[in-house]
Amino acid sequence: MNGMRRRRGTAVVAAGAGLTLLLAACSGGGDEGGGDAEGTANETDCSAYEEYGDLSGKTVSVYTSIVDPESEEQINSYQPFVDCTGVEIDYEGSREFEAQLPVRLTAGNPPDIAYVPQPGFLKSLVADFPDQVVPAPQSVIDNATEFYTEEWVNYGTVDGTLYATPLGANVKSFVWYSPLAFEDAGYEIPTTWDELMDLSQQIVDDGGVPWCAGIESGDATGWPATDWLEDVVLRTAGADVYDQWVNHEIPFNDPQIVEALGTVGEILKNDEYVNGGLGNVQSIATAAWNESANGIPDGTCWLHRAANFYQANWDESLEVAEDGDVYAFYLPGVSEDDKPLLGAGEFVTAFSDRPEVEAFQAFLSSPEWANSKASVTAQGWFSANNGLDPELIKSPIDKLAFELLTSDEYTFRFDGSDQMPGAVGTGSFWTEMTAWVANDKSDEDVLSAIEASWPTS
Amino acid sequence: MVQFSPVTEWLTQADDVGHKFALMFVAIALFVVVMGAILLAVDRPKRVPPWVVPVAFLGPTILGLGFGLVYPGLRTIWASLFDARGQNFVGLDNYATAFGEESFQIVLRNTLMWVILVPIVATFVGLVYAVLVDRTRFEYLAKTLVFLPMAISMVGASIIWKFVYEYRPDQKNVNQIGLLNQLLVWIGLEPQQFLLNPPVNTLFLIAVMIWIQAGFAMTVLSAAIKAIPDDIVEAARLDGLHGIGMFRHITVPSIRPALVVVVTTIAMGTLKVFDIVRTMTGGNFGTSVVANEFYTQSFRIREVGLGAALAVILFVLVIPLVVYNVRQLRLSEDIR
Repeated sequence: MNGMRRRRGTAVVAAGAGLTLLLAACSGGGDEGGGDAEGTANETDCSAYEEYGDLSGKTVSVYTSIVDPESEEQINSYQPFVDCTGVEIDYEGSREFEAQLPVRLTAGNPPDIAYVPQPGFLKSLVADFPDQVVPAPQSVIDNATEFYTEEWVNYGTVDGTLYATPLGANVKSFVWYSPLAFEDAGYEIPTTWDELMDLSQQIVDDGGVPWCAGIESGDATGWPATDWLEDVVLRTAGADVYDQWVNHEIPFNDPQIVEALGTVGEILKNDEYVNGGLGNVQSIATAAWNESANGIPDGTCWLHRAANFYQANWDESLEVAEDGDVYAFYLPGVSEDDKPLLGAGEFVTAFSDRPEVEAFQAFLSSPEWANSKASVTAQGWFSANNGLDPELIKSPIDKLAFELLTSDEYTFRFDGSDQMPGAVGTGSFWTEMTAWVANDKSDEDVLSAIEASWPTS
Repeated sequence: MVQFSPVTEWLTQADDVGHKFALMFVAIALFVVVMGAILLAVDRPKRVPPWVVPVAFLGPTILGLGFGLVYPGLRTIWASLFDARGQNFVGLDNYATAFGEESFQIVLRNTLMWVILVPIVATFVGLVYAVLVDRTRFEYLAKTLVFLPMAISMVGASIIWKFVYEYRPDQKNVNQIGLLNQLLVWIGLEPQQFLLNPPVNTLFLIAVMIWIQAGFAMTVLSAAIKAIPDDIVEAARLDGLHGIGMFRHITVPSIRPALVVVVTTIAMGTLKVFDIVRTMTGGNFGTSVVANEFYTQSFRIREVGLGAALAVILFVLVIPLVVYNVRQLRLSEDIR
């Protein structure tokens, strides 16, 4: 046991040192953050952890879809809790998480805690395994209502019972671009949808291809295209229609959705506007989503709609900053006052009510954890926890995303495909959107095929 | 999580080198003790009842097959008659969906394409190659080259071929990174999206399987060709048979049992093909096959009933091949 702890300690110190180096290399004004990271690791103030009691000798197993290298930051962020309570966290990340979790539950071998990345998946887990998913204990409910907005609490609630609390969050309504190239070309950041389209036309007139997109993602191919449609539904039809659409109160192929898909098509199916550096419209289907924006620093592409976490895919030599090599602007609404925001996150779900599991669940929903996670994370993470200190977030794009998420001006909506039943949200929605670009399937046919696949029960 | 006793913990969690070595010696000692006990026990009784020997030999196998094959097989057939969550009995609805809906008909059509093309082409290529290199100077080198892909895992081969097919547009500042498209560009043609347009894309996936399996066919058939008695070949030559005639009338009939085994073995492997499709297209662009669709339905979309139905269809499709294979094996054994 001692060896284990020693190794963890070294890892944290190493991570802290690495962070400080990284910060010195690429960001101004973030130095306090690096200092803090080492501070928390070395001299943990245990007063906030007394309520959890002494948990030494106990183990909590965690099963997640977060794998290397992000998993290291996850594990490091538990360190204060581990140090103060003596508990051991047995962390297991898997790329096959969504397929394997139901298998483990069916086999009667559940983890203590799982990070479920979709509210729709949580719903089907509660429906399929009602005896195994454990409702949140009172300490967790208290944390959830204190530190999260009602919306976020609702994403983890099924039929009036809170099961899961939010872990991380992300914002998807971003368009990545190159500030340096924009400055050279004299382009302005658009603040309305029409300005965005004008800018695209301007780029075409100047001899460029404005947009690049890629939706290939192994057997999850198609998901980035669903985000496009969701973002545009929020803009052309509004948040209320969006909610009805996600909950299937209106058909999937409602005329307003057809119109939204048409609007997406004005960009993604327009051979003049896509696919910078990657080919024609069809090439969107085969371009790997995590490499599809490489044309922006190369100058073969100008605009790429993707979430804040796309930052992880940029070459390390690129500076991500408002005046750097790459950065992102908010995907504008129809008017300047209309500011819908699409995002997503993971949810901590428990399959055991042992005291140490409850304690860990409470810790993960507390600001102590959010701040601990922020201080060991270089980029690609923030949370909707209102106790999170924005100063601890190091990446400028994460900081911007967190600002938008917590701002009253923006109307936040959770990723729709993540809330839909699996047959749609991780099935036909992906494959039909893929067929939409790959085989030039028509807007109406795509949407009615998805409508037809919506489960009847 | 169960709390382990200190002994279990000592046995399962080794942190330093000394501890690991200690564990290794414990394991070796354990092995010696168990094996010694078995050997002693085997020698001890002089007279055993006649049923003990067959039970001791067959028992574990039957138990293993029962738990690992028969029971899951029956469970799958049973599950295929229920709805997505396995709660309501739906009769044959899942099979109606699998055969009736257009998207699944494409899956069945693709599987048919695979199962017809891969065994025939792979066996043909392997056979022609085996005949051509037979008794030439480069025989070993040539055989090794074709056999090499067999040593590469399906996923590895898929990744290699995905790079071969990789597409980049014909624009300035953009370089091809796929071998095949670079060749096209060099001879002045447009680069192509090989994996995108059905049904041709399935052919490009099938090529990968043929690339892997041709080596297997070649090895087995080459051995069979070498086993053709020299007197038959000589007699045929005296009767004036050469080239194609020799191949058609002597070589192929003589190695017929081997050909049947090769074709059916490859066909069975092809029916189960999953890795290539999943790695290269993920079943998109109309390339899915039954095994891939079964995984997608069962584990990703969680339509357990439909997934089970697809598994059963796959099982039923394999049966005639297995029966034919076993019968041919028996026939060739009778000849011997």
